[in-house]
Amino acid sequence: MADTSFVPAASQSRKGKLALRWLLYILLGLFALFYLMPLFVMITTSLKSLDEIRTGDLIALPREVTFDAWRTAWSGACTGIQCEGVRPFFWNSILIAIPAVAISTLLGAMNGYVVAQWRFRGANIIFSLMLFGCFIPFQVVLLPMARILGMMGIAGTIPGLIFVHVIYGLGFTTLFFRNYYVSIPAELTKAAKVDGAGFFRIFWSIFLPLSLPIIVVTVIWQFTQIWNDFLFGVSFSQAGTQPVTVALNNIVNSTTGVKEYNVDMAAAIIAALPTLFVYVVAGKYFVRGLTAGSVKG
Amino acid sequence: MTKWLEENTPKLVLAPSFVAILVFVYGFIAWTAWVSLTRSRLLPKYEIKGFIQYERLFDSPRWDTAFSNLFVFGFLFIAIAMILGLVLAILLDQNIRTEGAIRTIYLYPMALSMIVTGTAWKWILNPGLGLEALVRGWGFPDFTFDWLVNPDMAIYTIVIAAIWQSSGFVMALFLAGLRSVDQEIIKAAQVDGIPTWRVYTAIIIPSMAPIFLSAFIVLSHLAIKSFDLVIALTGGGPGYATDLPATYMYAMAFSRGDIGQAASSAMIMMMVVFAIVVPYLYSELRSKNG
Repeated sequence: MADTSFVPAASQSRKGKLALRWLLYILLGLFALFYLMPLFVMITTSLKSLDEIRTGDLIALPREVTFDAWRTAWSGACTGIQCEGVRPFFWNSILIAIPAVAISTLLGAMNGYVVAQWRFRGANIIFSLMLFGCFIPFQVVLLPMARILGMMGIAGTIPGLIFVHVIYGLGFTTLFFRNYYVSIPAELTKAAKVDGAGFFRIFWSIFLPLSLPIIVVTVIWQFTQIWNDFLFGVSFSQAGTQPVTVALNNIVNSTTGVKEYNVDMAAAIIAALPTLFVYVVAGKYFVRGLTAGSVKG
Repeated sequence: MTKWLEENTPKLVLAPSFVAILVFVYGFIAWTAWVSLTRSRLLPKYEIKGFIQYERLFDSPRWDTAFSNLFVFGFLFIAIAMILGLVLAILLDQNIRTEGAIRTIYLYPMALSMIVTGTAWKWILNPGLGLEALVRGWGFPDFTFDWLVNPDMAIYTIVIAAIWQSSGFVMALFLAGLRSVDQEIIKAAQVDGIPTWRVYTAIIIPSMAPIFLSAFIVLSHLAIKSFDLVIALTGGGPGYATDLPATYMYAMAFSRGDIGQAASSAMIMMMVVFAIVVPYLYSELRSKNG
Protein backbone atom coordinates (compact mmCIF):
# COMPACT_ATOMS: atom_id res chain seq x y z
CA MET A 1 0.00 0.00 0.00
CA ALA A 2 3.00 2.28 -0.04
CA ASP A 3 2.22 3.90 -3.33
CA THR A 4 -1.25 5.30 -2.89
CA SER A 5 0.02 8.10 -0.68
CA PHE A 6 -1.33 11.25 -2.14
CA VAL A 7 -0.52 10.63 -5.72
CA PRO A 8 -0.52 13.98 -7.47
CA ALA A 9 -3.93 14.49 -8.93
CA ALA A 10 -3.45 17.01 -11.71
CA SER A 11 -5.18 19.81 -9.81
CA GLN A 12 -3.22 19.34 -6.61
CA SER A 13 -0.44 21.86 -6.22
CA ARG A 14 2.84 21.05 -4.55
CA LYS A 15 1.98 23.45 -1.75
CA GLY A 16 -1.34 21.80 -1.06
CA LYS A 17 0.36 18.46 -0.95
CA LEU A 18 2.88 19.70 1.55
CA ALA A 19 0.15 21.15 3.77
CA LEU A 20 -1.70 17.86 3.68
CA ARG A 21 1.47 16.08 4.65
CA TRP A 22 1.90 18.38 7.63
CA LEU A 23 -1.69 17.87 8.67
CA LEU A 24 -1.13 14.15 8.52
CA TYR A 25 1.89 14.29 10.79
CA ILE A 26 0.13 16.62 13.23
CA LEU A 27 -2.82 14.24 13.44
CA LEU A 28 -0.56 11.26 14.03
CA GLY A 29 1.31 13.25 16.68
CA LEU A 30 -1.90 14.19 18.48
CA PHE A 31 -2.96 10.56 18.62
CA ALA A 32 0.47 9.62 19.90
CA LEU A 33 -0.05 12.17 22.70
CA PHE A 34 -3.40 10.59 23.53
CA TYR A 35 -1.81 7.17 23.93
CA LEU A 36 1.24 8.44 25.79
CA MET A 37 -0.55 10.84 28.13
CA PRO A 38 -1.63 8.28 30.76
CA LEU A 39 1.85 6.78 30.91
CA PHE A 40 3.37 10.24 31.20
CA VAL A 41 0.94 11.20 33.97
CA MET A 42 1.65 7.95 35.80
CA ILE A 43 5.39 8.45 35.70
CA THR A 44 5.37 12.12 36.70
CA THR A 45 2.81 11.57 39.45
CA SER A 46 4.87 8.73 40.88
CA LEU A 47 7.86 11.06 41.14
CA LYS A 48 6.03 13.86 42.97
CA SER A 49 5.46 14.33 46.66
CA LEU A 50 1.86 14.32 47.89
CA ASP A 51 2.08 18.04 48.60
CA GLU A 52 3.09 18.77 45.08
CA ILE A 53 0.28 16.60 43.76
CA ARG A 54 -2.29 18.52 45.77
CA THR A 55 -1.01 21.95 44.77
CA GLY A 56 0.31 21.33 41.27
CA ASP A 57 -1.52 20.16 38.19
CA LEU A 58 -1.92 16.82 36.52
CA ILE A 59 0.46 17.20 33.60
CA ALA A 60 3.15 19.37 35.20
CA LEU A 61 6.60 17.89 35.52
CA PRO A 62 7.69 17.28 39.11
CA ARG A 63 9.37 20.36 40.61
CA GLU A 64 11.30 18.11 42.88
CA VAL A 65 11.86 14.49 41.90
CA THR A 66 11.45 12.05 44.76
CA PHE A 67 11.53 8.27 44.74
CA ASP A 68 9.76 7.94 48.09
CA ALA A 69 6.55 6.79 46.42
CA TRP A 70 8.43 4.06 44.58
CA ARG A 71 10.02 2.86 47.79
CA THR A 72 6.65 2.78 49.54
CA ALA A 73 4.96 1.07 46.61
CA TRP A 74 7.63 -1.59 46.42
CA SER A 75 7.95 -2.42 50.10
CA GLY A 76 5.63 -0.43 52.36
CA ALA A 77 2.19 0.20 50.87
CA CYS A 78 -0.77 -1.50 52.52
CA THR A 79 -2.81 -4.12 50.70
CA GLY A 80 -5.52 -4.61 53.26
CA ILE A 81 -3.96 -5.45 56.62
CA GLN A 82 -0.55 -6.33 55.21
CA CYS A 83 1.86 -3.41 54.63
CA GLU A 84 4.72 -4.83 52.61
CA GLY A 85 4.15 -3.11 49.30
CA VAL A 86 3.82 -5.02 46.04
CA ARG A 87 7.13 -6.86 46.41
CA PRO A 88 5.80 -10.19 47.78
CA PHE A 89 2.99 -10.16 45.23
CA PHE A 90 5.32 -9.37 42.37
CA TRP A 91 7.24 -12.46 43.44
CA ASN A 92 3.98 -14.46 43.54
CA SER A 93 3.21 -13.43 39.96
CA ILE A 94 6.63 -14.65 38.87
CA LEU A 95 6.13 -17.94 40.70
CA ILE A 96 2.78 -18.37 39.00
CA ALA A 97 3.74 -17.19 35.53
CA ILE A 98 6.96 -19.09 34.91
CA PRO A 99 5.72 -22.67 35.48
CA ALA A 100 2.32 -21.93 33.98
CA VAL A 101 3.85 -20.50 30.81
CA ALA A 102 6.37 -23.34 30.53
CA ILE A 103 3.84 -26.15 31.03
CA SER A 104 1.11 -24.71 28.82
CA THR A 105 3.59 -23.98 26.02
CA LEU A 106 5.07 -27.47 26.16
CA LEU A 107 1.64 -29.12 26.14
CA GLY A 108 0.48 -26.80 23.38
CA ALA A 109 3.49 -27.75 21.26
CA MET A 110 2.82 -31.48 21.67
CA ASN A 111 -0.91 -31.07 21.05
CA GLY A 112 -0.36 -28.88 18.03
CA TYR A 113 2.11 -31.41 16.64
CA VAL A 114 -0.39 -34.24 17.02
CA VAL A 115 -3.32 -32.32 15.57
CA ALA A 116 -1.34 -30.97 12.61
CA GLN A 117 0.87 -33.94 11.71
CA TRP A 118 -0.56 -37.13 13.18
CA ARG A 119 -4.15 -36.80 12.18
CA PHE A 120 -6.35 -39.61 13.38
CA ARG A 121 -10.09 -40.04 13.27
CA GLY A 122 -11.63 -37.46 15.56
CA ALA A 123 -8.53 -35.31 15.84
CA ASN A 124 -10.29 -32.42 14.16
CA ILE A 125 -13.26 -32.65 16.47
CA ILE A 126 -10.94 -32.67 19.46
CA PHE A 127 -9.18 -29.62 18.10
CA SER A 128 -12.47 -27.82 17.52
CA LEU A 129 -13.56 -28.57 21.05
CA MET A 130 -10.30 -27.24 22.42
CA LEU A 131 -10.48 -24.15 20.25
CA PHE A 132 -13.94 -23.47 21.51
CA GLY A 133 -12.63 -23.46 25.04
CA CYS A 134 -10.66 -20.31 24.19
CA PHE A 135 -13.82 -18.34 23.81
CA ILE A 136 -15.86 -19.16 26.88
CA PRO A 137 -16.28 -16.37 29.40
CA PHE A 138 -14.39 -17.68 32.41
CA GLN A 139 -17.25 -16.71 34.73
CA VAL A 140 -18.93 -19.89 33.62
CA VAL A 141 -16.20 -22.04 35.19
CA LEU A 142 -15.43 -20.00 38.32
CA LEU A 143 -17.84 -21.69 40.70
CA PRO A 144 -17.04 -25.32 39.94
CA MET A 145 -13.33 -24.53 39.72
CA ALA A 146 -13.40 -23.06 43.21
CA ARG A 147 -14.93 -26.30 44.47
CA ILE A 148 -12.56 -28.59 42.59
CA LEU A 149 -9.49 -26.67 43.77
CA GLY A 150 -10.82 -27.14 47.29
CA MET A 151 -11.26 -30.87 46.76
CA MET A 152 -7.76 -31.16 45.34
CA GLY A 153 -6.43 -29.31 48.37
CA ILE A 154 -4.83 -26.54 46.32
CA ALA A 155 -7.44 -23.80 46.84
CA GLY A 156 -5.82 -20.44 47.49
CA THR A 157 -2.33 -21.71 46.67
CA ILE A 158 0.14 -20.85 43.97
CA PRO A 159 0.08 -24.39 42.50
CA GLY A 160 -3.70 -23.97 42.30
CA LEU A 161 -3.33 -20.81 40.23
CA ILE A 162 -0.70 -22.44 38.03
CA PHE A 163 -3.08 -25.32 37.41
CA VAL A 164 -5.92 -22.98 36.42
CA HIS A 165 -3.72 -20.96 34.06
CA VAL A 166 -2.37 -24.10 32.38
CA ILE A 167 -5.83 -25.55 31.81
CA TYR A 168 -7.36 -22.41 30.33
CA GLY A 169 -4.24 -21.55 28.35
CA LEU A 170 -4.18 -24.90 26.55
CA GLY A 171 -6.70 -23.91 23.88
CA PHE A 172 -4.62 -20.98 22.70
CA THR A 173 -1.22 -22.65 22.90
CA THR A 174 -2.53 -25.64 20.96
CA LEU A 175 -4.03 -23.31 18.37
CA PHE A 176 -0.76 -21.42 17.93
CA PHE A 177 1.34 -24.54 17.41
CA ARG A 178 -1.23 -26.32 15.29
CA ASN A 179 -1.46 -23.38 12.88
CA TYR A 180 2.31 -23.25 12.68
CA TYR A 181 2.91 -26.98 12.18
CA VAL A 182 0.11 -27.37 9.69
CA SER A 183 2.18 -25.47 7.14
CA ILE A 184 5.06 -27.92 7.43
CA PRO A 185 4.68 -30.52 4.65
CA ALA A 186 3.36 -33.85 5.88
CA GLU A 187 5.88 -35.57 3.57
CA LEU A 188 8.58 -34.62 6.04
CA THR A 189 6.95 -36.65 8.77
CA LYS A 190 6.24 -39.51 6.38
CA ALA A 191 9.81 -39.65 5.16
CA ALA A 192 11.12 -39.63 8.71
CA LYS A 193 8.73 -42.47 9.60
CA VAL A 194 10.00 -44.51 6.69
CA ASP A 195 13.48 -43.97 8.02
CA GLY A 196 12.34 -45.48 11.28
CA ALA A 197 12.04 -42.37 13.43
CA GLY A 198 9.30 -42.45 16.04
CA PHE A 199 6.82 -39.89 17.27
CA PHE A 200 9.07 -38.19 19.80
CA ARG A 201 12.21 -38.48 17.71
CA ILE A 202 10.53 -36.66 14.80
CA PHE A 203 9.25 -33.97 17.13
CA TRP A 204 12.57 -33.54 18.83
CA SER A 205 14.86 -33.46 15.80
CA ILE A 206 12.64 -32.07 13.05
CA PHE A 207 9.85 -29.97 14.51
CA LEU A 208 11.39 -28.47 17.60
CA PRO A 209 14.35 -26.92 15.76
CA LEU A 210 11.89 -25.23 13.39
CA SER A 211 9.72 -23.93 16.19
CA LEU A 212 11.65 -21.04 17.69
CA PRO A 213 9.43 -18.24 16.28
CA ILE A 214 6.18 -19.85 17.40
CA ILE A 215 7.64 -20.70 20.80
CA VAL A 216 8.52 -17.04 21.26
CA VAL A 217 5.04 -15.95 20.18
CA THR A 218 3.36 -18.44 22.49
CA VAL A 219 5.55 -17.69 25.49
CA ILE A 220 4.95 -13.97 25.12
CA TRP A 221 1.22 -14.43 24.68
CA GLN A 222 0.91 -16.71 27.70
CA PHE A 223 3.16 -14.58 29.85
CA THR A 224 1.18 -11.43 29.08
CA GLN A 225 -2.12 -13.21 29.70
CA ILE A 226 -1.03 -14.73 32.98
CA TRP A 227 0.85 -11.74 34.32
CA ASN A 228 -2.08 -9.43 33.54
CA ASP A 229 -4.74 -11.83 34.78
CA PHE A 230 -6.98 -10.52 37.49
CA LEU A 231 -10.11 -12.68 37.46
CA PHE A 232 -8.45 -15.97 38.39
CA GLY A 233 -6.06 -14.21 40.73
CA VAL A 234 -8.79 -12.55 42.71
CA SER A 235 -11.06 -15.60 42.71
CA PHE A 236 -8.60 -18.33 43.60
CA SER A 237 -5.99 -16.72 45.85
CA GLN A 238 -5.83 -15.81 49.48
CA ALA A 239 -3.95 -13.17 51.48
CA GLY A 240 -0.43 -14.51 50.92
CA THR A 241 -0.73 -15.88 47.40
CA GLN A 242 -2.26 -13.00 45.49
CA PRO A 243 -0.69 -11.99 42.19
CA VAL A 244 0.52 -8.43 41.66
CA THR A 245 -2.59 -7.26 39.81
CA VAL A 246 -4.76 -8.13 42.81
CA ALA A 247 -2.33 -6.44 45.18
CA LEU A 248 -2.31 -3.32 43.02
CA ASN A 249 -6.07 -3.17 43.05
CA ASN A 250 -6.07 -3.57 46.83
CA ILE A 251 -3.57 -0.75 47.28
CA VAL A 252 -5.50 1.60 45.04
CA ASN A 253 -8.86 0.79 46.60
CA SER A 254 -7.81 0.54 50.23
CA THR A 255 -9.94 3.01 52.11
CA THR A 256 -7.76 3.51 55.17
CA GLY A 257 -5.54 6.53 55.61
CA VAL A 258 -4.58 9.28 53.20
CA LYS A 259 -4.97 8.59 49.50
CA GLU A 260 -1.43 8.38 48.19
CA TYR A 261 -1.80 8.85 44.45
CA ASN A 262 1.94 8.84 43.87
CA VAL A 263 2.22 5.42 45.53
CA ASP A 264 -0.72 4.12 43.47
CA MET A 265 0.98 5.22 40.27
CA ALA A 266 4.36 3.79 41.25
CA ALA A 267 2.71 0.47 42.12
CA ALA A 268 0.85 0.48 38.80
CA ILE A 269 4.07 1.04 36.87
CA ILE A 270 5.82 -1.72 38.79
CA ALA A 271 2.98 -4.10 37.99
CA ALA A 272 3.16 -3.11 34.32
CA LEU A 273 6.94 -3.22 33.91
CA PRO A 274 7.43 -6.91 33.02
CA THR A 275 4.87 -6.96 30.22
CA LEU A 276 5.94 -3.52 28.98
CA PHE A 277 9.51 -4.76 28.90
CA VAL A 278 8.50 -7.80 26.87
CA TYR A 279 6.54 -5.56 24.52
CA VAL A 280 9.48 -3.23 23.98
CA VAL A 281 12.06 -5.95 23.33
CA ALA A 282 9.84 -8.35 21.40
CA GLY A 283 6.99 -6.22 20.06
CA LYS A 284 6.94 -8.02 16.72
CA TYR A 285 6.18 -11.36 18.35
CA PHE A 286 3.70 -9.79 20.74
CA VAL A 287 1.69 -8.39 17.83
CA ARG A 288 1.93 -11.67 15.97
CA GLY A 289 0.40 -13.46 18.93
CA LEU A 290 -2.38 -10.92 19.18
CA THR A 291 -3.29 -11.27 15.55
CA ALA A 292 -2.68 -15.02 15.28
CA GLY A 293 -6.13 -15.92 16.51
CA SER A 294 -7.95 -13.25 14.59
CA VAL A 295 -6.47 -12.99 11.11
CA LYS A 296 -6.87 -15.95 8.86
CA GLY A 297 -3.45 -17.21 7.90
CA MET B 1 2.50 -54.16 23.20
CA THR B 2 5.24 -51.85 21.93
CA LYS B 3 3.62 -51.81 18.54
CA TRP B 4 0.31 -50.75 20.08
CA LEU B 5 2.12 -48.09 22.04
CA GLU B 6 3.83 -46.84 18.94
CA GLU B 7 0.61 -46.61 17.00
CA ASN B 8 -1.25 -44.86 19.73
CA THR B 9 1.38 -42.44 20.96
CA PRO B 10 -0.26 -39.40 19.29
CA LYS B 11 -3.58 -40.21 20.94
CA LEU B 12 -1.95 -40.78 24.31
CA VAL B 13 -0.14 -37.46 24.05
CA LEU B 14 -3.31 -35.58 23.22
CA ALA B 15 -5.46 -37.45 25.73
CA PRO B 16 -4.59 -35.60 28.98
CA SER B 17 -5.28 -32.18 27.45
CA PHE B 18 -8.45 -33.43 25.84
CA VAL B 19 -9.72 -34.89 29.08
CA ALA B 20 -8.79 -31.71 30.93
CA ILE B 21 -10.73 -29.60 28.44
CA LEU B 22 -13.68 -31.97 28.57
CA VAL B 23 -13.85 -31.79 32.35
CA PHE B 24 -12.77 -28.22 33.08
CA VAL B 25 -14.52 -26.54 30.19
CA TYR B 26 -17.47 -28.65 29.14
CA GLY B 27 -18.05 -30.43 32.43
CA PHE B 28 -17.90 -27.15 34.29
CA ILE B 29 -20.27 -25.46 31.87
CA ALA B 30 -22.69 -28.34 32.46
CA TRP B 31 -22.28 -27.95 36.23
CA THR B 32 -22.97 -24.23 36.06
CA ALA B 33 -25.94 -24.78 33.76
CA TRP B 34 -27.34 -27.38 36.15
CA VAL B 35 -26.89 -25.21 39.24
CA SER B 36 -28.49 -22.27 37.44
CA LEU B 37 -31.68 -24.34 37.38
CA THR B 38 -31.75 -24.96 41.14
CA ARG B 39 -32.51 -22.98 44.27
CA SER B 40 -28.84 -22.82 45.30
CA ARG B 41 -27.92 -19.94 47.55
CA LEU B 42 -24.87 -20.14 49.79
CA LEU B 43 -24.27 -23.80 48.95
CA PRO B 44 -25.07 -25.57 45.71
CA LYS B 45 -28.18 -27.71 45.65
CA TYR B 46 -28.73 -30.16 42.87
CA GLU B 47 -32.49 -30.47 42.72
CA ILE B 48 -33.78 -28.90 39.52
CA LYS B 49 -36.43 -26.25 40.06
CA GLY B 50 -36.80 -24.77 36.61
CA PHE B 51 -35.99 -21.25 35.58
CA ILE B 52 -36.46 -19.61 38.95
CA GLN B 53 -32.93 -18.13 39.01
CA TYR B 54 -33.40 -16.59 35.58
CA GLU B 55 -36.69 -15.08 36.73
CA ARG B 56 -34.95 -13.61 39.77
CA LEU B 57 -32.19 -12.36 37.53
CA PHE B 58 -34.46 -10.49 35.19
CA ASP B 59 -36.47 -9.11 38.11
CA SER B 60 -33.32 -7.69 39.66
CA PRO B 61 -32.75 -3.99 38.98
CA ARG B 62 -29.04 -4.51 39.45
CA TRP B 63 -28.88 -7.14 36.71
CA ASP B 64 -31.03 -4.90 34.56
CA THR B 65 -28.40 -2.16 34.89
CA ALA B 66 -25.55 -4.60 34.32
CA PHE B 67 -27.13 -6.14 31.23
CA SER B 68 -28.05 -2.84 29.59
CA ASN B 69 -24.61 -1.48 30.46
CA LEU B 70 -23.14 -4.35 28.50
CA PHE B 71 -24.94 -3.18 25.38
CA VAL B 72 -24.21 0.52 25.89
CA PHE B 73 -20.58 -0.18 26.66
CA GLY B 74 -20.20 -2.90 24.06
CA PHE B 75 -21.74 -0.88 21.26
CA LEU B 76 -19.76 2.31 21.91
CA PHE B 77 -16.53 0.46 22.60
CA ILE B 78 -16.71 -1.69 19.49
CA ALA B 79 -17.93 1.05 17.17
CA ILE B 80 -15.44 3.71 18.29
CA ALA B 81 -12.48 1.34 18.54
CA MET B 82 -13.15 0.06 15.00
CA ILE B 83 -13.53 3.55 13.52
CA LEU B 84 -10.50 4.87 15.36
CA GLY B 85 -8.47 1.80 14.46
CA LEU B 86 -9.36 2.10 10.78
CA VAL B 87 -8.61 5.84 10.67
CA LEU B 88 -5.25 5.33 12.38
CA ALA B 89 -4.38 2.48 10.04
CA ILE B 90 -5.18 4.57 6.95
CA LEU B 91 -3.21 7.55 8.30
CA LEU B 92 -0.26 5.32 9.04
CA ASP B 93 -0.46 3.78 5.60
CA GLN B 94 0.70 7.00 3.87
CA ASN B 95 4.42 6.29 3.71
CA ILE B 96 5.10 7.61 7.18
CA ARG B 97 8.79 7.72 7.88
CA THR B 98 8.46 7.05 11.61
CA GLU B 99 5.79 4.39 11.21
CA GLY B 100 7.50 1.82 13.41
CA ALA B 101 7.82 4.16 16.36
CA ILE B 102 4.28 5.46 16.03
CA ARG B 103 2.88 1.95 15.81
CA THR B 104 4.74 1.01 18.97
CA ILE B 105 3.23 4.00 20.78
CA TYR B 106 -0.32 3.29 19.60
CA LEU B 107 -0.16 -0.35 20.57
CA TYR B 108 1.62 -0.41 23.92
CA PRO B 109 -1.54 -0.11 26.07
CA MET B 110 -2.46 -3.60 24.87
CA ALA B 111 0.50 -4.96 26.86
CA LEU B 112 -0.84 -3.52 30.11
CA SER B 113 -3.11 -5.19 32.58
CA MET B 114 -6.63 -3.75 32.68
CA ILE B 115 -5.98 -3.12 36.35
CA VAL B 116 -3.08 -0.83 35.46
CA THR B 117 -5.18 0.91 32.82
CA GLY B 118 -8.02 1.35 35.28
CA THR B 119 -5.69 2.72 37.94
CA ALA B 120 -4.19 5.27 35.56
CA TRP B 121 -7.52 6.49 34.23
CA LYS B 122 -9.05 6.57 37.68
CA TRP B 123 -6.38 9.07 38.65
CA ILE B 124 -6.67 11.11 35.44
CA LEU B 125 -10.45 11.28 35.58
CA ASN B 126 -10.85 11.96 39.27
CA PRO B 127 -12.61 15.34 39.52
CA GLY B 128 -10.66 16.67 42.51
CA LEU B 129 -7.11 16.60 41.18
CA GLY B 130 -7.31 15.23 37.65
CA LEU B 131 -8.41 16.59 34.28
CA GLU B 132 -11.20 18.69 35.75
CA ALA B 133 -8.81 20.51 38.09
CA LEU B 134 -6.30 20.87 35.26
CA VAL B 135 -8.73 22.60 32.91
CA ARG B 136 -10.07 24.76 35.74
CA GLY B 137 -6.51 25.83 36.44
CA TRP B 138 -6.19 26.94 32.82
CA GLY B 139 -8.81 29.61 33.53
CA PHE B 140 -12.11 27.79 33.11
CA PRO B 141 -13.39 27.72 36.71
CA ASP B 142 -16.78 26.32 35.71
CA PHE B 143 -15.44 23.40 33.74
CA THR B 144 -16.98 20.17 34.98
CA PHE B 145 -15.84 16.70 34.10
CA ASP B 146 -17.12 14.44 36.85
CA TRP B 147 -18.13 11.39 34.81
CA LEU B 148 -16.27 9.09 37.14
CA VAL B 149 -18.55 9.92 40.08
CA ASN B 150 -21.68 10.66 38.09
CA PRO B 151 -23.94 7.59 37.99
CA ASP B 152 -25.38 8.56 34.60
CA MET B 153 -22.02 9.09 32.97
CA ALA B 154 -19.64 6.71 34.76
CA ILE B 155 -20.13 3.93 32.20
CA TYR B 156 -18.61 6.21 29.56
CA THR B 157 -15.36 6.44 31.50
CA ILE B 158 -15.10 2.68 31.08
CA VAL B 159 -15.64 3.16 27.35
CA ILE B 160 -12.84 5.76 27.21
CA ALA B 161 -10.33 3.60 29.06
CA ALA B 162 -11.24 0.48 27.09
CA ILE B 163 -10.83 2.31 23.78
CA TRP B 164 -7.49 3.68 24.90
CA GLN B 165 -6.38 0.16 25.68
CA SER B 166 -7.61 -1.67 22.58
CA SER B 167 -7.82 0.72 19.63
CA GLY B 168 -4.13 0.33 18.81
CA PHE B 169 -4.69 -3.38 18.43
CA VAL B 170 -7.53 -2.76 15.99
CA MET B 171 -5.19 -0.45 14.11
CA ALA B 172 -2.62 -3.23 13.85
CA LEU B 173 -5.26 -5.61 12.48
CA PHE B 174 -6.43 -3.11 9.88
CA LEU B 175 -2.91 -2.12 8.92
CA ALA B 176 -2.08 -5.75 8.22
CA GLY B 177 -5.26 -5.90 6.16
CA LEU B 178 -4.43 -2.77 4.17
CA ARG B 179 -1.04 -4.18 3.34
CA SER B 180 -2.47 -7.43 2.04
CA VAL B 181 -4.70 -5.82 -0.58
CA ASP B 182 -3.58 -6.58 -4.10
CA GLN B 183 -1.16 -3.82 -5.12
CA GLU B 184 -1.87 -4.26 -8.84
CA ILE B 185 -5.49 -3.22 -8.51
CA ILE B 186 -4.50 -0.13 -6.56
CA LYS B 187 -1.90 0.85 -9.11
CA ALA B 188 -4.36 0.37 -11.91
CA ALA B 189 -6.85 2.61 -10.15
CA GLN B 190 -4.22 5.28 -9.69
CA VAL B 191 -3.22 5.15 -13.33
CA ASP B 192 -6.85 5.76 -14.15
CA GLY B 193 -6.68 8.91 -12.05
CA ILE B 194 -9.03 7.79 -9.31
CA PRO B 195 -8.45 9.94 -6.21
CA THR B 196 -6.87 8.33 -3.17
CA TRP B 197 -9.95 8.54 -0.97
CA ARG B 198 -11.99 6.78 -3.63
CA VAL B 199 -9.39 4.03 -3.84
CA TYR B 200 -9.92 3.49 -0.13
CA THR B 201 -13.71 3.64 -0.01
CA ALA B 202 -14.36 1.73 -3.21
CA ILE B 203 -11.56 -0.81 -3.40
CA ILE B 204 -9.48 -1.27 -0.26
CA ILE B 205 -12.02 -1.11 2.55
CA PRO B 206 -14.60 -3.39 0.90
CA SER B 207 -11.92 -6.01 0.34
CA MET B 208 -11.15 -6.06 4.06
CA ALA B 209 -14.52 -7.42 5.14
CA PRO B 210 -12.98 -10.49 6.86
CA ILE B 211 -10.78 -8.21 8.97
CA PHE B 212 -13.78 -6.18 10.07
CA LEU B 213 -15.40 -9.41 11.14
CA SER B 214 -12.30 -10.55 13.05
CA ALA B 215 -11.96 -7.20 14.79
CA PHE B 216 -15.63 -7.29 15.69
CA ILE B 217 -15.34 -10.78 17.17
CA VAL B 218 -12.24 -9.94 19.20
CA LEU B 219 -13.67 -6.67 20.48
CA SER B 220 -17.06 -8.08 21.41
CA HIS B 221 -15.31 -10.89 23.20
CA LEU B 222 -13.25 -8.34 25.13
CA ALA B 223 -16.39 -6.34 25.93
CA ILE B 224 -18.29 -9.27 27.36
CA LYS B 225 -15.34 -10.38 29.46
CA SER B 226 -14.62 -6.86 30.76
CA PHE B 227 -14.26 -7.26 34.46
CA ASP B 228 -10.86 -6.02 35.64
CA LEU B 229 -11.30 -2.61 34.07
CA VAL B 230 -14.59 -1.98 35.84
CA ILE B 231 -13.22 -3.21 39.15
CA ALA B 232 -10.14 -0.99 38.92
CA LEU B 233 -11.79 2.11 37.48
CA THR B 234 -15.14 2.38 39.20
CA GLY B 235 -15.55 -0.75 41.29
CA GLY B 236 -18.96 -1.06 39.62
CA GLY B 237 -20.05 2.22 41.16
CA PRO B 238 -21.26 4.77 41.91
CA GLY B 239 -23.79 2.43 43.52
CA TYR B 240 -23.96 -0.23 40.83
CA ALA B 241 -24.19 2.21 37.94
CA THR B 242 -21.27 0.63 36.06
CA ASP B 243 -21.90 -3.01 36.84
CA LEU B 244 -21.46 -5.34 33.90
CA PRO B 245 -22.62 -8.98 33.83
CA ALA B 246 -19.06 -10.03 34.70
CA THR B 247 -18.96 -7.92 37.87
CA TYR B 248 -22.51 -8.91 38.77
CA MET B 249 -21.57 -12.56 38.51
CA TYR B 250 -18.48 -12.04 40.64
CA ALA B 251 -20.37 -10.13 43.31
CA MET B 252 -23.01 -12.88 43.52
CA ALA B 253 -20.45 -15.66 43.61
CA PHE B 254 -17.91 -14.29 46.03
CA SER B 255 -19.40 -11.51 48.13
CA ARG B 256 -23.15 -12.08 48.18
CA GLY B 257 -23.01 -15.83 48.49
CA ASP B 258 -25.75 -16.34 45.94
CA ILE B 259 -24.57 -19.23 43.82
CA GLY B 260 -27.82 -19.56 41.92
CA GLN B 261 -27.65 -15.98 40.70
CA ALA B 262 -23.95 -16.30 39.93
CA ALA B 263 -24.56 -19.41 37.85
CA SER B 264 -27.51 -18.03 35.93
CA SER B 265 -25.76 -14.73 35.15
CA ALA B 266 -22.68 -16.67 33.97
CA MET B 267 -24.89 -18.75 31.68
CA ILE B 268 -26.39 -15.61 30.16
CA MET B 269 -22.89 -14.28 29.52
CA MET B 270 -21.95 -17.51 27.84
CA MET B 271 -25.03 -17.43 25.65
CA VAL B 272 -24.18 -13.91 24.50
CA VAL B 273 -20.64 -15.04 23.64
CA PHE B 274 -21.93 -18.10 21.83
CA ALA B 275 -24.43 -16.10 19.83
CA ILE B 276 -21.51 -14.10 18.44
CA VAL B 277 -18.70 -16.64 18.30
CA VAL B 278 -20.36 -19.89 17.23
CA PRO B 279 -21.40 -18.77 13.74
CA TYR B 280 -17.93 -17.30 13.25
CA LEU B 281 -16.02 -20.37 14.41
CA TYR B 282 -18.31 -22.62 12.46
CA SER B 283 -17.68 -20.80 9.20
CA GLU B 284 -13.95 -20.59 9.95
CA LEU B 285 -13.59 -24.30 10.58
CA ARG B 286 -15.72 -25.17 7.58
CA SER B 287 -13.74 -23.00 5.22
CA LYS B 288 -10.48 -24.43 6.55
CA ASN B 289 -11.47 -28.04 6.22
CA GLY B 290 -13.48 -27.78 3.05
